[in-house]
Amino acid sequence: MAKILAVDDSASMRSMVAFTLRGAGHDVEEADNGRAALDQAGVHKFDLVLADVNMPVMDGISMVREMRTMAGYSGVPILMLTTESNPEKKMEGKAAGATGWLVKPFDPDQLLATVARVLG
Amino acid sequence: MSKVDLAQFHKAFHEESLDGLDAMEQALLALDEGAEDPELINVVFRAAHSIKGGAATFGFNDVAAFTHVAENLMDEVRSGRRPMEKAVVELLLRSGDIIRDMLSLQMAGQPGATTESQTLLAELSAMVSGGTAAPVAAKAAAPAEAVEGWDIAFRPFDYLLKTGNDPARMFRELEALGPLTTTVDASKLPALADMDPTASYLAYTLRLDAGAKRAAVEGVFDWVDGDCDLAVTPRLAAAPASAPAPVVPVAASAAPRAVREVATSSEASSVRVGIEKIDMLINLVGELVITQAMLTQFDDGVDASQLEMFRHGLAQLGRHTRELQESVMSIRMLPISTVFNRFPRLVRDLAQKLDKKVVLDLRGETTELDKTVLEKIGDPLVHLVRNAIDHGLEGPAKRTAAGKSDTGTLRMEAFHRGGSIVVEVGDDGAGLNRDAIVAKAIQRGIIASGEGMSDDAVAELIFEAGFSTAAATTDLSGRGVGMDVVRRNVMDLGGTVSIRSVYGKGTTFTITLPLTLAIIDGLTAAVGSETYIVPLVSIVESVQVKADAVRSVVGGGELFRFRDEWLPIVRLFDVFGCEGERRAIQDGIVIVVEGEGTRIGLFADELIGQQQAVVKSLEANYRRVVGISGATILADGSVALITDIAGLVRLQARRKAA
Repeated sequence: MAKILAVDDSASMRSMVAFTLRGAGHDVEEADNGRAALDQAGVHKFDLVLADVNMPVMDGISMVREMRTMAGYSGVPILMLTTESNPEKKMEGKAAGATGWLVKPFDPDQLLATVARVLG
Repeated sequence: MSKVDLAQFHKAFHEESLDGLDAMEQALLALDEGAEDPELINVVFRAAHSIKGGAATFGFNDVAAFTHVAENLMDEVRSGRRPMEKAVVELLLRSGDIIRDMLSLQMAGQPGATTESQTLLAELSAMVSGGTAAPVAAKAAAPAEAVEGWDIAFRPFDYLLKTGNDPARMFRELEALGPLTTTVDASKLPALADMDPTASYLAYTLRLDAGAKRAAVEGVFDWVDGDCDLAVTPRLAAAPASAPAPVVPVAASAAPRAVREVATSSEASSVRVGIEKIDMLINLVGELVITQAMLTQFDDGVDASQLEMFRHGLAQLGRHTRELQESVMSIRMLPISTVFNRFPRLVRDLAQKLDKKVVLDLRGETTELDKTVLEKIGDPLVHLVRNAIDHGLEGPAKRTAAGKSDTGTLRMEAFHRGGSIVVEVGDDGAGLNRDAIVAKAIQRGIIASGEGMSDDAVAELIFEAGFSTAAATTDLSGRGVGMDVVRRNVMDLGGTVSIRSVYGKGTTFTITLPLTLAIIDGLTAAVGSETYIVPLVSIVESVQVKADAVRSVVGGGELFRFRDEWLPIVRLFDVFGCEGERRAIQDGIVIVVEGEGTRIGLFADELIGQQQAVVKSLEANYRRVVGISGATILADGSVALITDIAGLVRLQARRKAA
């Protein structure tokens, strides 16, 4: 069981991710933008962060950049939830310090497979 | 097939998409008026982007395909490749409408694409430079390699671990493909004292003894592309395959999707509640528990020395209960902005269509109303706004001639007044023409003459049933619905609507609504051993009627003279089948009530008093009963039924017809 932070401004997407991961026994917290996610990460220590790219207040890429500077988050896996295979966004996320990505649309099985992949 | 049923997220997706579309529309309207805030463009882009992502995830493919093109158009604007022109705004506004329709269709389990959406999609595609973005090219299938294994040279750069990737995990992934032999090159490893624990110094030579696909092997490394030196070399089979490998049928990806279980589209709607309201509730319940604990100590009775404390406890209990009630009620309250939001678009479209200049002045948007009231107040407001723009406000030429600014103002305002919410719709247009109204009312046979009628009384005539008829309506505000329907809708919500008009200066409609439908003010009346509650808003007057003022009509009905009209008497014990104590008309009381524009007299034993009643649904706990809108619990614990005046009026009309 891992402690996972799901970050997405879309509540339905967030619940889908959270519901799926909870079903697999993980402990999931949710945040609806990058700023809120950073606040949460300051309080709890997460084993994995899944973050959407396009969000109000603070986007996912700025979030990754800032999270990487936080104590205890230099090596934590952070996956970007990108749409389509937009290579620019993937590279932008990677340059900011993201571990990898999961391309939307994904189904619960793909999500679980990817999460299993980073959690090892 | 996943065990997670995605249908459970459809409703949430639909709701948030509608919110997104509203935000998109508002941003587009602001942009249309020349606002130059880049965040507005982002709002529009994000809305389209989120809807597309969600639609694709939750299987609304038609919506996803359509929104994809709208998003591309928005992306061109966002990246500065295209100016935010009128034509773009127009097209995106229409796209928003279409997406809304498509979502409803798909939610209902139907295909989302319609002729309309296809037409607009073509327009959108034509505008997006280079047509629709080329669909993401499927990865070119690598030529099948007759490999029996792979040699992989992998040297992570020193920062690789800081990206959250971990070679050990990647090796486990490779192992899942087949037997793996790992050789570590530790030559770069520094002395322990110089070592940075977060850096990686090792290089690996990996040998995978399995004929896995190149994509599968390289896929393990796709996240570290650029963060390492990587060479993946196939080890070819010693003897080339004698015959081409039989074509393995591709897994039928085009197989029909498993039919999704028809989601029980429970119409149970949801309310989003601010966390501070929840905290307030929890806090109050905590207080209540403390008070309850304090009162428990008086379990064995109260002696004189404790009386003060006991009273104090009771007072506290009373206060907390009241606060809790208010707090719970506030959960059903939503800001009127949820209804007001649709008007900027409506006003813009109408003004454009009629060649009029109109500015909309929205005020008091944070005023909160009961959710049920909010859902039902939209239509009457739309009607008033259409009327105001169509008939009230003049065109620019006429306005200038009248010495006014060429732009008309439409004001919509919500505010609290006493225990009610007031919503006003006012324009600075031509106002009502008294003579024209009087003439029309006489023609329709509503009044005989306008002599001696005050201006207000004349204005009230437009609410009379039959005043506006099809002949008087235009395609805009008409729709065969008159102001009488507006009034009836508002009355159904327990509210009132009035009009104030000054010829040449403008017209203002004032709608007064109860704060909530969950509590009503009512008059309690006794009928035998039963108690009935009559909503105060429906009551005209209560009178005692003398026996000689009653006329029997053929067929069993009774009428009595009330002012200058004859009203039917409805004996409550008759309707509800209980035993009345008083049967002679002069012994009891007649409550004159009005519902759906018709007055009747309800006959009861006596009036008990006035009180607030918390409405409990009868339908939810028992079943629907004609003439009863709900029930409530009285101070003594007994149940009182709340009369449904409109229902009783209809019942009376049927009895008369029978």
